[in-house]
Amino acid sequence: MIRNLSVRLGRRTVLENVTLSARPGELLAICGANGAGKSTLLKAVLEEVPARGTLSLNGHEIGGGRPQALARQRAVLPQDTDVAFSFTLAEVVAMGREAGDFAARPEVDHLALSAVGLQGREGDDFRTLSGGERQRGHLARALAQVWEPVGPDGPRWLMLDEPVASLDLGHQLKVMQLARSFADAGGGVLAIMHDLNLSAMFAERMAFLVDGQLAALGPPEDVMTEPLLERAYGCAVILDRVPSSGPWLLPQNCGPGGAGSSGRNALQS
Amino acid sequence: MLSLTRPLVPDRRPSRAMVSLVLTLFVFAASLISLTSGAAGLGLTDLLAAFLGEGLSPRDQVVLYDIRLPRLALGLAVGAALAVCGTLLQGLFRNPLADPGIVGVSAGAGLGAVLAIVLGGLLPIGIASGLGPSLVSLAAGFGGWIATLLLYRIATSGKRTDVALMLLAGIALSALAGAATGVLTYVADDRQLRDLTFWSMGSLAGATWTKLAVTLPLIGVTLAVAPRLARGLNALALGEAQAAHMGVDVQRLKRLAILCAAAGTGAAVAVSGGIGFVGLVVPHLLRQAQGPDHRRLIPHAALLGAGLLVLADVVSRTIVAPAELPIGILTALFGAPVFLWMLLHNSLLRGR
Repeated sequence: MIRNLSVRLGRRTVLENVTLSARPGELLAICGANGAGKSTLLKAVLEEVPARGTLSLNGHEIGGGRPQALARQRAVLPQDTDVAFSFTLAEVVAMGREAGDFAARPEVDHLALSAVGLQGREGDDFRTLSGGERQRGHLARALAQVWEPVGPDGPRWLMLDEPVASLDLGHQLKVMQLARSFADAGGGVLAIMHDLNLSAMFAERMAFLVDGQLAALGPPEDVMTEPLLERAYGCAVILDRVPSSGPWLLPQNCGPGGAGSSGRNALQS
Repeated sequence: MLSLTRPLVPDRRPSRAMVSLVLTLFVFAASLISLTSGAAGLGLTDLLAAFLGEGLSPRDQVVLYDIRLPRLALGLAVGAALAVCGTLLQGLFRNPLADPGIVGVSAGAGLGAVLAIVLGGLLPIGIASGLGPSLVSLAAGFGGWIATLLLYRIATSGKRTDVALMLLAGIALSALAGAATGVLTYVADDRQLRDLTFWSMGSLAGATWTKLAVTLPLIGVTLAVAPRLARGLNALALGEAQAAHMGVDVQRLKRLAILCAAAGTGAAVAVSGGIGFVGLVVPHLLRQAQGPDHRRLIPHAALLGAGLLVLADVVSRTIVAPAELPIGILTALFGAPVFLWMLLHNSLLRGR
């Protein structure tokens, strides 16, 4: 639950009065152009940047202290983070598991690694993995931390910062399906997303940030409108529906006629 | 369906129990060698006799209980402290090149020692004679602690300590302390020059139970607290933000690790002078042998550091007997090539 969240970095207001509530059992995708404030929103929620407003998780206000209690309810997938020293993939995943409620269940490591398709790689030095493998390795660590989507203190949460950014098509789908099934089992997922198609396919609701403000929030079929997307991305788009499955497809047109005044604003801000 | 009760890691690393056993035996052997070698000619049979309760000659008793035993205890404590502090700092800075020198302990302690050696004579006679030879140790210890605490304050704003800033400020502060040390060296007379040169090369000579009574509690606290930081340091390998999301109170971890390192290294440097490379090389060797998990790294570093320093001390007092070669020369002589060899052969280069 995020209420009236504002973040100022220097003189610039990066986020202004964002109020947003993620629900358990739901995958909420946060979308928006580069610099719209997506990552800042996540950082503010994770207390990595100072912010005004109130944040709460499962009814308890977040802020100052009790990192251990939070770690049992919430796991975070960073965009990419380097690992110092030659920890193996298994050791990294075990760190996540032990930070959660599953210290006594070492089998979770293997299950989490299998879930992201890295079984058999347990002994590999984490730093020797490819970019996509590292991202999946970190996802396995986050999954192991909140292995059961619902715990004794309520639903557990996954906070994903561009979870599919450096993955190939097959793994993008696989990772989104993992997030989907985490939510289906009662957990909550908050994901910063660039890929609108994947967001529309997998998320219950999408939130669009434009220039630090929440411009739209709702089910994909309601919020994915051509005017909103042009406002958000400064680029004319044509929306279409895939008849069989229902998700939205976005042939994009950023030609000379496409970038309107909002596009120039986005570049200048 | 696979049912697994232990991690499915095709682990080529030796088990924790195995490494612990080997290192314990190593420390035991080093201690035995240390107790039975030296100028006085007290050998293994005499030691056995002493253990069995058969009387030693009064002279041998003095050699064993007042010279070799305190020296052994000091060697074990200093070696363990230097190695554990090096491990803590490498973990904290997420950098395998960190060593106690990096938080200004060495430079501060050096300045303190030189101050005491060169200007100690200016103190009122009562204080100077009251403190006697421990003046240099005290000054070194305080110098080291002051430098570290100063750095910690510089790098901490609000509730957050900037580790990178601490590293850079440490370089500046070390240079400053070096300059001050240089000035004092310039004005020192010949006898003082000799004293401060030997201090900077380190020695376990002059170990007494009194010195130990001051040093051991500080080192003991360090060795007791360090293992509790292991899980936090592991998580810190993924970065401060991720460590926090994995339930680590990062600021508390930094504060404890820095204070621990300052207490342990300060105490060690105060009684033994400048002994380099133990804090740098020991954690490296162990990471090569058994992986970077701090839960094993910290206790094993204590054992390996203790054993290695005791062995180095044996060499230092037998190689040019009846004189003594300063132990800092030996640790550098063996540590530096080992370190270079590791640099060329392992993950330091391969793994960024």
